[in-house]
Amino acid sequence: MTLDWMAWTWPTALFFIAIAVILITMTVLEVRCPTVARVGVLGLKTTRGDRLFISLLGSAFIHLAWLGLVGSLLWVATLICLVYAACVFRWV
Amino acid sequence: MSSTSMPETGTPSETTLRTRGRGFPVKALVIVVYLVFLLLPIYWLLTMALKTNQEILSTFNLFPDNPTLANFTVILTDPAWYMGYVNSTIYVVLNTLISVTVALPAAYAFSRYRFMGDKHLFFWLLTNRMAPPAVFALPFFQLYSSIGLFDTSLAVALAHCLFNVPLAVWILEGFMGGVPREIDETAYIDGYSFPRFFTRIFMPLIAPGIGVAAFFCFMFSWVELLLARTLTSVDAKPISATMTRTVSASGLDWGVLAAAGILTIIPGALVIYFVRNYIAKGFALGRV
Amino acid sequence: MEKPLNNKAWFLVLPVFVLVAFSALLPLMTVVNYAFQDTFGNNQFFWAGTDWFEKLLHSDRFGEALIRQVLFSGLILAIEVPLGIAVALCMPRKGLWVPVCLVLMALPLLIPWNVVGTIWQIFGRVDIGLLGHVLYSLGIDYNYTQDPLSAWITVVVMDVWHWTSLVALLCYAGLQSIPDAFYQAARIDGASRWSVFRHIQLPKMDRVLLIAVLLRFMDSFMIYTEPFVVTGGGPGNSTTFLSIDLVKLAIGQFDLGPAAAMSLIYFLIILLMSWVFYTVMTKQDEQDQNRKTGGGE
Repeated sequence: MTLDWMAWTWPTALFFIAIAVILITMTVLEVRCPTVARVGVLGLKTTRGDRLFISLLGSAFIHLAWLGLVGSLLWVATLICLVYAACVFRWV
Repeated sequence: MSSTSMPETGTPSETTLRTRGRGFPVKALVIVVYLVFLLLPIYWLLTMALKTNQEILSTFNLFPDNPTLANFTVILTDPAWYMGYVNSTIYVVLNTLISVTVALPAAYAFSRYRFMGDKHLFFWLLTNRMAPPAVFALPFFQLYSSIGLFDTSLAVALAHCLFNVPLAVWILEGFMGGVPREIDETAYIDGYSFPRFFTRIFMPLIAPGIGVAAFFCFMFSWVELLLARTLTSVDAKPISATMTRTVSASGLDWGVLAAAGILTIIPGALVIYFVRNYIAKGFALGRV
Repeated sequence: MEKPLNNKAWFLVLPVFVLVAFSALLPLMTVVNYAFQDTFGNNQFFWAGTDWFEKLLHSDRFGEALIRQVLFSGLILAIEVPLGIAVALCMPRKGLWVPVCLVLMALPLLIPWNVVGTIWQIFGRVDIGLLGHVLYSLGIDYNYTQDPLSAWITVVVMDVWHWTSLVALLCYAGLQSIPDAFYQAARIDGASRWSVFRHIQLPKMDRVLLIAVLLRFMDSFMIYTEPFVVTGGGPGNSTTFLSIDLVKLAIGQFDLGPAAAMSLIYFLIILLMSWVFYTVMTKQDEQDQNRKTGGGE
């Protein structure tokens, strides 16, 4: 079984490595100091993992919206996502 | 089966009328109309299957003039047709076995313990049940081609695990939740090891759940067309693909097509009575 | 009572994890890889950046398919949910006819999806189908292979035929849990039919109803087989829903890049909706738990 058909490239590989690193970090954090679920502004009970998921999913949509509406300067969208993720971790 | 049951549906109105004893039986009427709406298309398929192709195309009648089983004979004697059923059955059974076997211990873990990432894992399984097969068709084609499984029943069986394993886990978890945890604890105190407890005590307790999970795995694998068609070409071609390809190629032999359709309904129709009380539960992922 | 914490439970989940990772993660990674590249065959790929996404988001084809999809899902929800509730309310609560109703209603649910398509393909044909023939002799201009409106009606009615029973069966399961005493009390109070529905039956159904709505929405959002068999996405593109369009692009034209980009957007929408589904479901489970423990004390 070869991996040719998957057509790996460095940018996408880095993306998945980053996701994997984040997941490992979350696991280690969970062992060191387990999260306490709390109820945020949305009225949902969220743990750290939930907030990460909301941040990632939201970021994907922010990027798509940026591509659809603006088009160029994608890194601005990335900045917005970082702010968004910070907000999610702080208040949701 | 539809033709025999249709006259019966007329009677609920009388029962309701008698028990209520007053007013026009609107409720019964609604049910009867709804059931007629459900059964009419199936009945039509059945009559088509019993007609010859000339009769279908030349005359328009509600009942076949001289019912014939010739269409069914065509299917049961032509390997191009009946091998479709054999292939479908092979991968469906294979998939059901794999799905239920791996789902059993996992469902037990979800129903009895908390562990790290359990909720996220459970959610991830759900997303696979919800994921559109169309998204996976192309990469599956590449994946199974690259490991040399293309056009085998195993490829389709594994591909259908994508939605059937999550389904089985969710349904089984729903059933296991109804078994009190004290039973496990008592068994462990009595010195049962986990595998012995699981196979001797626990599995008989949730036998209906296993049956329902297996039924739904069987069914969802049986009704799926897109992945099964994409992953096969000749040797493992399922009946669903045979049917759609016939339509596009010759497109004229309606009688045989209808007969093939009737034959695919039979497995579901045979077991439907036994699962009637669990249909809602199975479709709702064990959450009713 | 809380479940005990035990990380060894991971060993029990491991087979499922490996199997689903193989059949879900590998393909998804591949889709992501394809989405950023262009290919001219021969397994040669060129970095294309976010071109495909931009093109797709600005293309009419994708937008129209998405609109059709949302319209279809909205339409079938608007028909199937009230109809399913009505049917569930009309079903006998006990007696001999309960199993008969259950079995007959469940029949369409167990028919292979392509056969559902075949049934309606035949049933709706003007020359040999009962529905098409009757409509034609009534003088109604109905032909689902040529007229987009007819095609839409056929596809929607087919889905109503196929799946309304699911809503009805789920609601019926909810209604079954109402004790007779409730109805008797309501009769003594002289409650109207509407207030019985509003204050006794609807609250018992809301849980299953929510599941029914979410399931119907998700499943209709990825519908492929039935409309494909009946109309093949036509006439023109009038019944080309997201999945049909995606398969045309991916398997039909083998346009790996655009197909992968479309898959990703499609998958993200599904992911968002699954999350809503899951959140709602766990919230309900929690409420149930609280109600139970509250009642026990």
